[in-house]
Amino acid sequence: MAKVSKKKVSKKSLKKSSKGTDKIAEVKADVVYDDDGDDDEEDLYNADENITSEEDEDGEDERKRHKLLEAISAIGGKRKKKLGERSEAAVQMSEFTVNAEGEGDKVDLSDLIGTMEKTSAVPAKAKKQLKNLQRSTKTIECPLSKQESQRIQRDVAFQKAATEVTRWKGIIRQNQRAEQLVFPLNQEPSGPKPMERVVSGWKAQTPLEQEIFALLSANKQPFHDPVLTPTEEASMRAMSLEEAKIRRAELQKARALQSYYEAKARRERKIKSKKYHKVQNKAKRKDFVKQFDEMVRSDPAAALEELSKMELSRMQERMSLKHQNSGKWAKSKAIMAKYDEGARQAMQLQLEVNKELTQKLVTSLNDKEEEEEEEAGDAEVLPDFVNDAERGLDSSNPWMRGKLSEEPTEKETSDTVVLIAEGPGAGGNPAVEEEEEEEEEVEETEEEALLREFDSRRKLRQAQETDVVASGDAEEENAAADDPGASDKEEEELSEFTSLLRGMADSRREAEAEKAEAAADASHTDASARLEEGLMRIRTLEDVELLRQEEPAADEAPEQPQQPPATENLAPATQKAGKKRKRKRGIELKEVLTKEAKVIQVPLAPTVEDAEDPDEKPDQRGLIREAFAGDDVVSDFLKDKRKQEDAGRPKVVDLTLPGWGEWGGTDLKPSRNKRRRFRIKTAPPPRRQDQHLPSVIVSEKRNSAISLHQVNSLPFPFQNHAQFESTIRSPLGRTWNTERTVKKMSKPKVLTQLGAIIEPMAREELMKDKKQASPGNTSTLDSRKRKH
Amino acid sequence: MKVKVLSRNPDDYVRETKLDIQRVPRNYDPALHPFEVSREYTRALNATKLERVFAKPFLASLDGHRDGVNCMAKHTRNLSTLLSGSCDGEVKLWNLTKHECVRTLQAHEGFVRGMVVRYCGTSFFTVGDDKTIKQWKMEAPGYGEEEEPLNTILGKTVFTGLDHHQKDAVFATCGQQVDIWDEQRSSPIRSFTWGVDSFSSVRFNPVETELLASCASDRSIVLYDMRESAPLKKVIMTMRSNTLCWNPMEAYYFTCSNEDYNLYTYDMRYLDRPVTVHMDHVSAVLDVDYSPTGKEFVSASFDKTIRIFPKDSGHSREVYHTKRMQHVICIKWSSDNKYILSGSDEMNIRLWKANAAEKLGVLAPRERQAANYSQKLKEKFQHHPQIRRIAHHRHLPKNIYHQTKELRVMKEARRRKERNVRKHSKPGSVPVVSEKEKHVVTVVK
Repeated sequence: MAKVSKKKVSKKSLKKSSKGTDKIAEVKADVVYDDDGDDDEEDLYNADENITSEEDEDGEDERKRHKLLEAISAIGGKRKKKLGERSEAAVQMSEFTVNAEGEGDKVDLSDLIGTMEKTSAVPAKAKKQLKNLQRSTKTIECPLSKQESQRIQRDVAFQKAATEVTRWKGIIRQNQRAEQLVFPLNQEPSGPKPMERVVSGWKAQTPLEQEIFALLSANKQPFHDPVLTPTEEASMRAMSLEEAKIRRAELQKARALQSYYEAKARRERKIKSKKYHKVQNKAKRKDFVKQFDEMVRSDPAAALEELSKMELSRMQERMSLKHQNSGKWAKSKAIMAKYDEGARQAMQLQLEVNKELTQKLVTSLNDKEEEEEEEAGDAEVLPDFVNDAERGLDSSNPWMRGKLSEEPTEKETSDTVVLIAEGPGAGGNPAVEEEEEEEEEVEETEEEALLREFDSRRKLRQAQETDVVASGDAEEENAAADDPGASDKEEEELSEFTSLLRGMADSRREAEAEKAEAAADASHTDASARLEEGLMRIRTLEDVELLRQEEPAADEAPEQPQQPPATENLAPATQKAGKKRKRKRGIELKEVLTKEAKVIQVPLAPTVEDAEDPDEKPDQRGLIREAFAGDDVVSDFLKDKRKQEDAGRPKVVDLTLPGWGEWGGTDLKPSRNKRRRFRIKTAPPPRRQDQHLPSVIVSEKRNSAISLHQVNSLPFPFQNHAQFESTIRSPLGRTWNTERTVKKMSKPKVLTQLGAIIEPMAREELMKDKKQASPGNTSTLDSRKRKH
Repeated sequence: MKVKVLSRNPDDYVRETKLDIQRVPRNYDPALHPFEVSREYTRALNATKLERVFAKPFLASLDGHRDGVNCMAKHTRNLSTLLSGSCDGEVKLWNLTKHECVRTLQAHEGFVRGMVVRYCGTSFFTVGDDKTIKQWKMEAPGYGEEEEPLNTILGKTVFTGLDHHQKDAVFATCGQQVDIWDEQRSSPIRSFTWGVDSFSSVRFNPVETELLASCASDRSIVLYDMRESAPLKKVIMTMRSNTLCWNPMEAYYFTCSNEDYNLYTYDMRYLDRPVTVHMDHVSAVLDVDYSPTGKEFVSASFDKTIRIFPKDSGHSREVYHTKRMQHVICIKWSSDNKYILSGSDEMNIRLWKANAAEKLGVLAPRERQAANYSQKLKEKFQHHPQIRRIAHHRHLPKNIYHQTKELRVMKEARRRKERNVRKHSKPGSVPVVSEKEKHVVTVVK
């Protein structure tokens, strides 16, 4: 073996060097022949081959000579034993300095391995193995018999085939369980197909077609796949899935917020309360001012424009008589104002609006102008207020009234509680409402802020805006500080009146409080009394019930919540109610169960007696008698039988309808004649089968006519009766089910296409299944793209 | 005075177009429909009766052969073409829609033993008793041309069966051994022998296309892999199998038709016992073919009947017979799952419906819905005795009926005897052998 491989190597190298080193080869060949002069035919043959491959003419003579020599030697009958051995072509490779010294020797394994140790490329493991091989002296086991080896071969092959086939298990299972299988398996989807798939070598030929395609290609419109233009595709590719998702979520949120906002706006628009709208408008105006201040900084030009607009509107307001007291409504109110607090207030409010609208805006833009006009402005403001006062000439004390209306707004933050305590009059309510409105405003601003935030994020202006907002706030404060400053003087003037008024109000309140204190218990503080009052006003369902229960108690004390005595009376009442409720919580048997329970006497006495003396060993009969001491089996059986008989007996059906054919009414019975006519007696049933069998009950329920149609035993695939019955009970038809359900339920298990050849399952199915099983983002993305 | 008139919005009860279904304002509350079960039962009963009324499976008989039809082949690309070979060596091509023979050729001397159409549908192969394999063009020769095979291979022995690979230009024959041939060569590329036998049938697996199975006369079924040099496995049964057929949708199941009146479905990985034993025939089963959906198969028997079995049921769902049909030798299920073709001894090929009561042709949507609904009803109430009685009732020829009865008696007697033996012998000495295990003698690796 080793020799053969050697030969191959030598041959190769020979061929390589065949042309370039002719002469050397010749010489070497000479040498070989000389040495090998008495070698066998095989050697000769080899050498011969080598030389012919070289195609050397000079070598021809040599060979002939050699042949001759060989023939002569063969005649001599000298034959060596090394017949099977082939000479090596390697001897001729002089350029590698391989000499044919050990030509005749056998090559040992050790010879080959010896070189192995020197080469570093061979791994150490292989070296070790080879060493072991060299050392081992075992003989190789004789090969298996043909039958044995074939059997092993078959077994291996079968295992291979079996595992190969087992890959189909998943698909086979899936198909067996599938509710519906559609054949042929790989149907092409119906619908229009792209042109290039239908016709492979199609070209625009007619001039019209050419024109159209030229147009399409000029505009980069798709004409193969009529879904996406190249630009659209590029944009599709540009956007990643994640990005798209985020963007979509953002848009969704924005849309939702917008819809909330719109809904809210709609709701607010529907509110009829004038007061509410007034407050709203006021807030808006405030907001506008805030924004305006902002604008002054960021965009002076626009601000100026706005300012001019505002100026214009102010002028208009000043010119018009809209919020003056000269209108029809105002006049009527003015008449009413004498008697009606509400009217007075309304007028006041209107005038306030006027004042606000006509007020000059103070901005940093026109500071100088402001300074110039300051005096004029004051003059303007002051007369307005004076106007107010003058306008309220109908009322007894205009100054006071003016302040009264303003008072709550000033106070609202400080002591709302006091205001509430003052009573459920007009004074308390607006404050509360305003608070609520403010809360609403806060909500609204939140939403707006969110919306705005989305916008800003898109424009990447987050940081700027926050800055602006902060500055805006500060400015607003400044403006607020400015405004009071403008009207300081008048306040100073008014302070006297207000203090007077306050004093009066306080004194009155104190008097009331004193009264209340006098009336109330020492333990009840003012606040607690108020709290209870509040409780009274809030009427929950429980309270109502309680009140109903406590009606007699409430009747005793006249219900006047404003008056302290009433509150005093009521407090104990509620306390009482609480107590009552507490007592009620526990269910009292006597009240719930009106009927008396029957006491069942259990005949246990004899067994107990028996248990007392266990020494006595009763016999079997006695034991049974003891065990069934309580029940009389025979009589029970008889009772059962009688019951069954009664149930089987047909009942008399009374079909008389009172009032038909004669007078009807209470205490009027249908006549005997009629009753006789409409009472239906059915025919007596056939005799019972167990009529003459005293100790047997034969059931008459079994209907032989029906039992012919009934299923006797549980059919195969079902596990239990309930399962089977439920399948039978659920109807399939369209009389009892909706169209869709019927279609779904009556789907055939196997669906074939008319006239289509159903091919056997192909290997591709297996691949398809595997693809589906492996989760792939790319595939989903691809499908998405295809959809678009 | 205001007169109130009862008025309704027509939108509530008028359909938009006449193609829509009628609006039916109906309350589906089950409490309002107390008799739904009984009503559906009646419908199911009627549907079952109608099914029996309309069950007329026989469509046509193709007459023309001058000897018994020995083998048939489906065209792989064309539904309306059928090939049949007879015992006198004649091959006929049939147009099924017109019920007429379009071409006749004398292919062999003696029997045409096997026939198969190439996967592309352009040519077909025949083997005959004259030890030749011939390849023929599917197209008829032009005017003046002679009817000549494309290729003829002379074999050393008689070939008894033939099958073609699903996708490659390779086919297999069987005779004294199973040979795998390349279409381009005149000698087999591989020969499988396992003991000296003669094989009656060889079939390629249509799913795992490199696998084959063959039935041998030593009562065995042998599995092969085309890529291996040796066969894979062999199962020996109590009696000889005549033919076998692989399930075209489930790679490892095949069914063989046996001389012992039964058919056996095997999982090729576990040959030691069949998955199902299909019994109903009263004589040797000669041929079997799967429906292309792989849900059912049809078998032809020496008892002059054709039976259709669900693939996992032990008994047939349908039996076809006619007065004049003799021993059915070959059977095919058409590749659109609608028809069955049988070739029998008395020189005729018969065309049957696969579903006896099915309406042929295109169904209107409402017809289809009604058919689906009645099918579901029949399935739902199939266990009810009356419906079952009607659905299962079949008319059989007298001799088959009596033979069935006789077989039943014999079986019962055998069972009773076995039971008695078991009863009167040492416990455990007479083991209970299931019906499936009874018929397998051994599995040879």
